[in-house]
Amino acid sequence: MTSSPDRIRATFDAAAKRRGAALVTYVMAGDPDLATSREMALACAAGGADILEIGMPFSDPIADGKTIQGAGERALRSGTSIASCLELAAEVRRRTPAAIALMGYVNPVLAYGEERFLDACVASGVDALILPDLPPEEARAFRSAAAARGVKLVFLLAPTSTPSRVAAACDAATGFVYFVSVTGVTGARASLPADLGAKVAAVRKRSPVPVVVGFGVGTPAQARAVGKLADGVVVGSAIVQRIAQGGSRKARAERVRRFVASLSRALGR
Amino acid sequence: MTVPDATGHFGPYGGRYVPETLVPALDELTEAWQQARRDPVFAEELTRLLTRFAGRPTPLGDALRMGAEAGGCRIVLKREDLCHTGAHKINNTLAQVLLARRMGKRRIIAETGAGQHGVATATAAALFGMPCDVFMGALDVERQALNVFRMQLLGARVVAVQSGSRTLKDAMNEAIRDWVTNVRDTHYVIGSVAVPHPYPAMVRDFQSVIGEEARAQVLQVAGRLPDAVVACVGGGSNAMGVFSAFIPDRAVRLVGVEAAGLGLASGKHGAALALGRPGVLHGSRSYLLQDDDGQIVEAHSISAGLDYPGVGPELSWLKDQGRIELRTATDDEALDALGYLARTEGIIPALETAHAVAAAKDLARELGPKGLLLVNISGRGDKDIDHVRRELAARQERAASGKRRRPAGRRPATGPRKRPATGKRRPS
Repeated sequence: MTSSPDRIRATFDAAAKRRGAALVTYVMAGDPDLATSREMALACAAGGADILEIGMPFSDPIADGKTIQGAGERALRSGTSIASCLELAAEVRRRTPAAIALMGYVNPVLAYGEERFLDACVASGVDALILPDLPPEEARAFRSAAAARGVKLVFLLAPTSTPSRVAAACDAATGFVYFVSVTGVTGARASLPADLGAKVAAVRKRSPVPVVVGFGVGTPAQARAVGKLADGVVVGSAIVQRIAQGGSRKARAERVRRFVASLSRALGR
Repeated sequence: MTVPDATGHFGPYGGRYVPETLVPALDELTEAWQQARRDPVFAEELTRLLTRFAGRPTPLGDALRMGAEAGGCRIVLKREDLCHTGAHKINNTLAQVLLARRMGKRRIIAETGAGQHGVATATAAALFGMPCDVFMGALDVERQALNVFRMQLLGARVVAVQSGSRTLKDAMNEAIRDWVTNVRDTHYVIGSVAVPHPYPAMVRDFQSVIGEEARAQVLQVAGRLPDAVVACVGGGSNAMGVFSAFIPDRAVRLVGVEAAGLGLASGKHGAALALGRPGVLHGSRSYLLQDDDGQIVEAHSISAGLDYPGVGPELSWLKDQGRIELRTATDDEALDALGYLARTEGIIPALETAHAVAAAKDLARELGPKGLLLVNISGRGDKDIDHVRRELAARQERAASGKRRRPAGRRPATGPRKRPATGKRRPS
């Protein structure tokens, strides 16, 4: 069984056609509970997100800043498992045509069973996987298992990546390359590095797949600036913060939808 | 000596499961370490520091009364507790700070559980005049207040980590996040072997001086190799340090002692090798304490240094190869062993080390009068005195209230009570 159609490619093709970057949004599954996080993901889609990242919580999230750490802790407290993340993805899939990417750490995937997890991704309509602590070198078996099922893999690059690392990630990535804008963990920043444009351009030149930029993008103005440099823009912590502000499920969903719509407009739509 | 493959794998274990930002730094570190290994100037400078600053070589002493009480087995103690700063940790931190200076790094960070690695890193940083931040779980900051103050005296900043279980694993998470952010000018001095390549092999090599000295010393004093070598295992740095020289000596049993905490059946322990399943934590694949969903389970041990849910990849591999045997000691057994070594040999070991001592008592009895047992006394107990006093007082209080409830005629408890040896495992 393989996942079909290729929503990731279609998303970037459509974005390129309208000469704008794709909007990628992040919501943690189970933050603060599974049903609310489902509505938040759908609110992102309603606000104009092209790719919905759904976070899978992990007890020891070394790549995440305080905001997403907090979301992960809430999700684990509400009993979120890998199975419930997959279930959430399946529900979101039934209600939106947007592409879905699961993002998380590798240990829960190993515990679930790599092949079993990939099969479940296909069954749930998950298009891509982002595992920040699984670099291409450690992912050889996983890459062929994912390719056999048509599940796209996303690999990350950072400002510290050397040309050979850039080549390795670009060659391994099947969905898109995720360029980490800052030397640091996830979380909105007041400003982005001055040399971001040059770095992203170098990666885009090398990469056969689209290149998105994330970590530190938290405002429409930043999204607009980054959208001019990359094929896609990822906004995570700024959305998680808006969910964490509380209120009814409906009020949170409206807050998230409006914010995502403002990001979408900033990208020229 | 066993060497991992070029990408740091010991069989299916080890490797590098880290965010991309860190990969270039790990590559740079690997390269610098490989160069330093081949450079006689580095070796000379490190040897000078180890002898004239850290106090090496450490002696190998006889535990005569302990051996006699165990039935005549000869027990020799490798006295890493006599190293400057009170534990084996200084062997590695001096080497890594020396390496950091070669690499042109301007800032040092470290994580610490018991505080020994933090103190040893702060000491090395002070010696080289480098700023040093030490991440420590907030719970450990409470348990090890004296070491916090020592680090501060040495000019380090101690960062109390409030996330998760507020112990060693969370301190590592936060240190990794700091490194991800400041990787260009910062070297992360890791004291554990339970981390990404090249650290497991590098830390083992920097600690292997323990086993190399001990092997030569035991041959000199006893004329033969020991029947067994015992060390406590948290992440496994002192165990790999003393074991590595003996790995090729197939007849020498290598016995790792993990923390059984409140008992293996209680679920509150630190026995990752004995009871864990392979997985990925802190950048390395190894045995881990985790639940069915792959979430890391909080460890428990009376000793902060063994209160960790993972273990080094090489130890995981040696377990699968059948080259190491595993035993465990509970909190109570470790406390008893600490008091026992103090009374019989005049040595107050660290609580971590006391786990090895507890297992050594049993092992010596099993080996009998012809046996020769080497125990790695990885650290001294000064840092634990307050904690031990509180724990013993709490146990005496419990014993006293238990005694009041008990029918008359029961023998009153005097001092630390012996508990039945629960949770001890024979090698599988």
